Amino acid sequence: MQKLRRGNSVGATLVLLLLFVGFSFANDNFTSAANLGNIVKQSSILLLLALPMTLIILSEGIDLSMGALLTLANVVLATLAVKTGMLWPAFLAVLLMCALFGWMNGLIICRLRIPPFVATLGTLGIAQGAALLVTDGQSVVGIPAQILLYYSGEWIGMSIPFWIAIVACGVFHVLLYHTPWGSHVIALGGNREALTVAGIRADRVLVSVYVLAGVMCAIAAVLLTARISSGHPTAALGMEFDAIAAVALGGTSFEKGKGWLWGTVIGVLAVGVLRNGLNLMGVTSAVQVAAIGLLVIMALMVDGLREQKHG
Amino acid sequence: MADHPAPAHKTRQETGWAALPASVRVTLLRLIALAIIVIALSFTTEAFLTPNNVLNVLRQTALLFLLASGLTIVILTAGLDLSVGANIGLSACLAATVIKSTGSIGLAFAAGLGSGLLIGLANGGLIAFLRIPPFIATYGMLWILHGVTYWYMGGQTIHGFPADFRAIGSGYAWGIPIPVFLMLGFLLLGTVFLQRTRWGQEIYVVGANREAARLSGIPVNRRLVLAYAMSGSMAGLASLIFLARLNSAEGDIGEAMTLPAIAAVLIGGTSLFGGIGTITGTLIGALILTLILNGMNLLSINANWQPLVTGLIVIAAVYLDNLSNKGDRK
Repeated sequence: MQKLRRGNSVGATLVLLLLFVGFSFANDNFTSAANLGNIVKQSSILLLLALPMTLIILSEGIDLSMGALLTLANVVLATLAVKTGMLWPAFLAVLLMCALFGWMNGLIICRLRIPPFVATLGTLGIAQGAALLVTDGQSVVGIPAQILLYYSGEWIGMSIPFWIAIVACGVFHVLLYHTPWGSHVIALGGNREALTVAGIRADRVLVSVYVLAGVMCAIAAVLLTARISSGHPTAALGMEFDAIAAVALGGTSFEKGKGWLWGTVIGVLAVGVLRNGLNLMGVTSAVQVAAIGLLVIMALMVDGLREQKHG
Repeated sequence: MADHPAPAHKTRQETGWAALPASVRVTLLRLIALAIIVIALSFTTEAFLTPNNVLNVLRQTALLFLLASGLTIVILTAGLDLSVGANIGLSACLAATVIKSTGSIGLAFAAGLGSGLLIGLANGGLIAFLRIPPFIATYGMLWILHGVTYWYMGGQTIHGFPADFRAIGSGYAWGIPIPVFLMLGFLLLGTVFLQRTRWGQEIYVVGANREAARLSGIPVNRRLVLAYAMSGSMAGLASLIFLARLNSAEGDIGEAMTLPAIAAVLIGGTSLFGGIGTITGTLIGALILTLILNGMNLLSINANWQPLVTGLIVIAAVYLDNLSNKGDRK
């Protein structure tokens, strides 16, 4: 049963390998230890978004507001840290804000019965506008220097973002595959009726998934803020697409609630390797995103054709 | 007719407001909202009712309406086109290059409309034949177009077009902005297409009940491709008018127009679930949204509020639509 519900992540693994081999031939610096460490660090922020995005897509939803929320969290964290000179109170405030934002997303989808992609498109506008209003369109600088540790610090020879990513993967694995809540999330996609029949409040489960996404945005905001050591009103706009791409490449399907958490991890690495490799070749970010877009459309095309063949 | 089928079994005779068909009620509600906004703005700001501002509002409404009218047809099929803003970007940049290098307005139109149409056909193909969900296919397309436009422009700006070309965006005929005539023309065309032609009626059926459409012999896939092709072409047309008004093209041109276009369609009462909606509704929606943004401008509210307000409006519009359609749906 578990196996049947898994999506197909063979494609993502193949893409990852091809990209890796291709870039290591194309660029000598690609396989240097420093660059590989960089890929891991850059991918960790994306992973923190892609893990909850997997759960959301498994529940037949989508969250287009994640990049804008991460941006808002980044500027609020930066502003509060600059004003108070302290990191932890600022982080707790941002954590609360992001959880509330996720809760709002969930309520709009469940209570107002608005389809997820339009609901979160609306809240994308709200978060983006709020980020502009908080900063008045300017960068926020002068954050206490200790925040840098969260991105460039090391522990047992590996970077802090790597450890945070590992812990996040572990927590999500346990949550999704070893708790009743996880089975309820999986049942949301395609089996919602059964949940209700079993006396479980499907609405509550769904809202909790979006709250979790908000919480993960707050954690990702710490890494992002440490990475750019500032707050910027467009810092992570559009990053939800990288997350959705990673989930899609990882074999999670958009319609049938089929998917695999670890497929997403492979998808995140594929996106990370593609971006890093193109970066080394001097390709601008907008074109990198186009390449990711093409990859996703191709992956979905292969999926669509396979579905048609097998009925 | 096709947009709000009357309930077949009425248990008791209703009178007054409740006796009106749902489509009439919804349109009246929107017109009342429009009137309230107009009255409120003419009392709170001095500049609102000046001829200049009225013409300005109409010009902005026209551009938004042209983009949103194509999108309406897609949403009628229970689909979505998130790529319209990025479509404007690429089409405008291509048309700008063509007009700069050839000086021919006809070729510029061919480039802008052709690129819009091709993008629409690509969207339609992905959705109809490869069965990729509309929002994810057009969302992927958005980022592909975005990247292609940046790559093509390489950070350059193209500006300074012939006066004849600029006239379609910023010119006047009999004292009225030329885009307003285009708006009225496409209002008529769109309404006739949807209400009086076989293909238009089939689009409603495809959106309302795809399985029933298939069983009754409607070529569902071809109607879907038609809808996305129309949305793409209208984005191409909008790109030309936008280009003519701005008199310059950059990589991010049109990027901020997707959310307002979706908002205009939804305020206009077109249902996200397909099969319900009209082009006239979208015109009212475009007018309401433009008036709100124009009013915020006149009241000197920081422009940074605009994405936030537009986002709230999108959510409120779908919610109100859910409420007003509840009775008819069940």
